[in-house]
Order: sequence, then C-alpha cells, then structure tokens
Amino acid sequence: MNLVQSSKIVAMLAGVMMLAACAGSTESTSVTTDTGPSYAAGSQEAFLDAVGARGDHVYFAFNRHDLNSQAQAALGQQAAWLMQNPSATVRVAGNCDERGTREYNLALGARRANSVKDYLVSLGVDPSRVETISYGKERPECIASNEECWAINRNGVTSVTNGPSS
Amino acid sequence: MLDLKTKHRNGMKIGAILVALFGLLLAPVRAEEPLHVDITEGRVDPLPIAVPDFIGKDRREISAGSSLASVITNNLKRSGLFQPIDPRAFIERPSDFDTLPRFQDWRIIDSDALVTGQVVYQDDGRIRVEFRLWDVVRDQQLVGKRYYTTPENYRRVAHLISDEIYERLTGEAGYFDTRVVYVQESGPKNNRRKRLAIMDQDGFNSAFLTDGNNLVMTPRFSPTSQEIAYLSYVNEKPRVFLLNIETGQQEVVGDFPGMTFAPRFSPNGDKIIMSLERSGNSDIYAMDLVKRRSTRLTDHPAIDTSPSYSPDGRYITFNSDRSGRQQLYVMRADGTDVRRISFGEGKYATPVWSPRGDLIAFTKILNGRFYIGVMRPDGNPKTERLLTESFLDEGPTWSPNGRVLMFFRQTPSEVDGSGGTVRLWSVDLTGYNLRPIATPGDASDPAWSPLIK
Repeated sequence: MNLVQSSKIVAMLAGVMMLAACAGSTESTSVTTDTGPSYAAGSQEAFLDAVGARGDHVYFAFNRHDLNSQAQAALGQQAAWLMQNPSATVRVAGNCDERGTREYNLALGARRANSVKDYLVSLGVDPSRVETISYGKERPECIASNEECWAINRNGVTSVTNGPSS
Repeated sequence: MLDLKTKHRNGMKIGAILVALFGLLLAPVRAEEPLHVDITEGRVDPLPIAVPDFIGKDRREISAGSSLASVITNNLKRSGLFQPIDPRAFIERPSDFDTLPRFQDWRIIDSDALVTGQVVYQDDGRIRVEFRLWDVVRDQQLVGKRYYTTPENYRRVAHLISDEIYERLTGEAGYFDTRVVYVQESGPKNNRRKRLAIMDQDGFNSAFLTDGNNLVMTPRFSPTSQEIAYLSYVNEKPRVFLLNIETGQQEVVGDFPGMTFAPRFSPNGDKIIMSLERSGNSDIYAMDLVKRRSTRLTDHPAIDTSPSYSPDGRYITFNSDRSGRQQLYVMRADGTDVRRISFGEGKYATPVWSPRGDLIAFTKILNGRFYIGVMRPDGNPKTERLLTESFLDEGPTWSPNGRVLMFFRQTPSEVDGSGGTVRLWSVDLTGYNLRPIATPGDASDPAWSPLIK
C-alpha cells in the first residue's frame, strides 16, 4: 500500500469513528511520495501520514491553553489513529512563543500539552499511552520575532514514541 | 551518565590566597571631610580615583603589576561609582611602595583617592601583592593589605583589592570577588544548544560545566556551598538537578512524578523551593535537602512558579496567574497568608528577593515591551521602579550586596535568521549604569554567586 492510499483509508476511518472529519483530512491526501520504502504500521511516519499536513500540531491563542474547534478536529484525527494502532504510545510536547518569561512558559507549555492529552483521553485513548512534556519557549519552529511566527510556536505537537521505525 | 565536563573541573577550584593587614604609613592629617561615596542616591557623581600600575622590579613583576591595576580599574569603573583617571594625566610615577605618595601631585589632577601597590615574586614561585588605598584629600592611608598567591591567580587578588576599596569608600560590602553561573547558547534559534557555564563577575575565566547534550536552563547558586541547582532535560524528563562545581557530582533533586523546575535555594542552603507540575498544573514545593522530604506550599489550579525566599527565610515571593494574569505574590514560608504585591499595569514575573531584604526585583511585560524593575515587598505600588526596557529583558539576579542586578537581553530576530542575540547585562539600582557583560557567545539566565569565602 502506498502513502496516498493508506492516508485516505485512515482519514475515512477517522471520519466514521469520530464524526469529526475536516478539511485537513482531505488535504492529507495531497502528501506525495515516490516509490521509496514504505513505513511500518504504528510508526511515526504512519501517524504523520494519517493525520495529514501539520495534523500532528494544534495551535493556541496567546497565553491560552484551551482548544478551538480546529484543534479539536485535528485531535479527533490523532485519536482515531491511536484507536487503530492500540500498541502505539505518544508524547505531546507543549510549546510557547518567546513573548513570555522562561519559567512561566514552562508551566504554560505543560498546561497546553495536558489540554491535548485530556482531549485525546476524552475521545477514548488510554491515558497511559500519552505522556506530556513542556519545552516552554525553548523549541520555536519559526524563528522570526513577529506575530506569524509566534502563532506557529504556540502549539502542542504529538509524536509516536514507541512505534517501529521504517 | 550526566554530562559534566570533567576536564574543566580543576579550573573551577579557587586558588588559596593568604591575606595580611600591615601597618599604615602615616602622614600629617589634613582637616577635610573623610572620603565617602554615597551609593544610595539616584544619580551619583563618580569618585575620581587614580590606580597607577603596581610597582615591579623586573619584566614579569611589571607585567603582573600592570595587569592587576587594569583589573581593579575596570571593576571600579564598571561599578559606576568611581571614575578612574586616565594614567596619561599622572604626574607622579610611584616607584617605591614604602614611601608616601606626593599627595599634591594627585590633588592637582583632581584625584580624590589613590591606589598604590607592588608585586614581588617569591622564591617558591608565588607572588606577593601589596596595596595601599590613600585619601588624597586628607593625605591619609585608608587601608593596606598583603596577599600571597600563585601568579595565575592574580585576577582574584585584584578582585579582593577592588572589594577592599569599594568597602572602604562606600561603607558597604563589595561584590567583585564573585562568580556568575549562566547558560551559554549557540546554534540557530530553532536548534539551540545550551550549556551551563561559569565565569568571574567581570566576564573572565569562563568555563563550561555541561557539554550541551541535554537542554539546561535557570541555574542558581547555593548561598552556602559550591553547588548549583538547575533544570536539565536528562532523558527528556525535565527535572531539577544539583551540581557540585568542585567535585562534579550531580544528582536529581527528589523523586517527583512530573516536571520540576524554577529552583532556588533557601538562605541557609538546606532547602530548595521549586515548582512541581502534575497533570498540567504547577504548584510550589519545598524540598528539604537534609531530610530528603518535600512539602507542598501552594495548592491552586493557577500556575504558581518562580519562588524566591526572603533573606531571613520567613517569606517566599512567587509568580502566579491566579488573578487571571501573571502577578507577584508573597506568602509565609509555610505557604500561609498569601497576598498579592504587584498592582501596576501589565504582567509581572520572576520575582527575586534582594539579599538585603529591602526590595524584590522582577521582570515586567507591558504593551509588548519587557522591563527589569524593583519594588518593596509590602505591595505599595508607589515603590515600583523600572530600571531597564527592551524587546526582551528577563531574569534579574542580585549582586551579593544588593546594589547591582544582572539579567539577560534578547534582541528581535529576522526572517533570515539574523538578530536574536541573547546577552548578559548589568544595571545598578539607580538605573543609570547599564552595562553589557562580555561573554564568549550568547548567554542567558545569569545567577550571581555569594561572595567567595
């Protein structure tokens, strides 16, 4: 099965199971690949393919840790994949923009990571499969000091921690 | 294993220095007010002082004497309280340490104080350094001391002499014979490497304490021992660690189920207060390092972090957003009697109690700008004073005499990756003496040591 096919199927399953299909799931089918080696089920690569472009990320408003509808839709996709891959465990990293102080942002990042975890658990994921970590403002993805980058850097990122590697 | 870099360990050791007071050279006293620098005024006139090169007989003594005078001059100048006079203006060139200076030659160039000294190599390879501080206005010796140490330890002797001068002329303890532990940063902003490092307060003798394999931040000096508490992401588990900078021994503080962070020592060094995060909520705990027991001090669904003891150990100031935004609070050391002390506009963070007990330093965020400020612990908004302002000023730490703050300043970064430098700065309580600290590369999270004993 190639990348495109698998992502379509997982996206479909997600829609049925969670009643939470969104534009993101069809966008994910635009992921293209050549005929390189395929990944194993339950791997980080499989997860990224299933949740779609940036589907491993949810984004937060300034100094907030509540989830908007877009974030909830993305987490619906993540939860669906986790239900399909019951042996997979994940780590959720909470991140902040640079416009706060270091120690407060560590605490805020922990809040964000736990918002993500709590929502996944509310969708049926066993809490023991989800660990959290806060990086505060230490792991910016976008480097410029402007509003666009700060919005990108206020996030929670889910990644598979135990899956087989491709 | 943890990531201590052992090869620098010997560099951490503080060389032994023998000190002795010696007799005054007496001259008839002129009837003038004694020399005194008032460091509490909002804006002081720096005291003119002359620090000629210390006397030496041969090339290596002359070279050492010049280095000593240069370190002392730099210390005094950076304090903002002294105005060292350009040596090119000197009339007298001291050549005999045990002869009275020609006071009129120093008065003529408007010097109020004079430091003379000499360096003598000993048969055992050590150096003997002697200095005298003179009141040029009253023709009087104020202090004189003699030190024995190894030649490579000359900077430390210069710092000790600087502290003697500072103390004699201001009436308060100095802070030059101290070190600063900080985080050295390298690499692009989205892949930053951070290492613990330590240096003298003037930026010299910088050495790494960790190798950068683990993310580290917020180091803090023990008030009583050569230990540092800091946050490290060993095995991707953020926990507070203790590092002994003389032995290199390193241990995790306590056995907690969640992230521990924001550590600080109690004034007598027997406890660490810090935040513990569980299920996304951060509260403040005290960890008794002797009994190995932790006590919960706050229990609130809001973020409680950045705790700092008062110097008498009876109170703790901390940062909480329980009012809806970040504010500063004070509570008793047992966690009771919590009251808010910050009431100005904007958000407040990183409160740190002055070693003198009279002020709390903080970071303030208002309208997209960051400030370093101080306020009294009683919560009177009129006592708030802002000392610095920039795109990002954060994390003040006090000099041991409670007169100077060091902090870090980050500049904005551009889309192309330029900018975004992070450097250490110091400012005194007047707010008029803002100075960069020279570090090898980017630096953040400074923590000032107590006076070295």
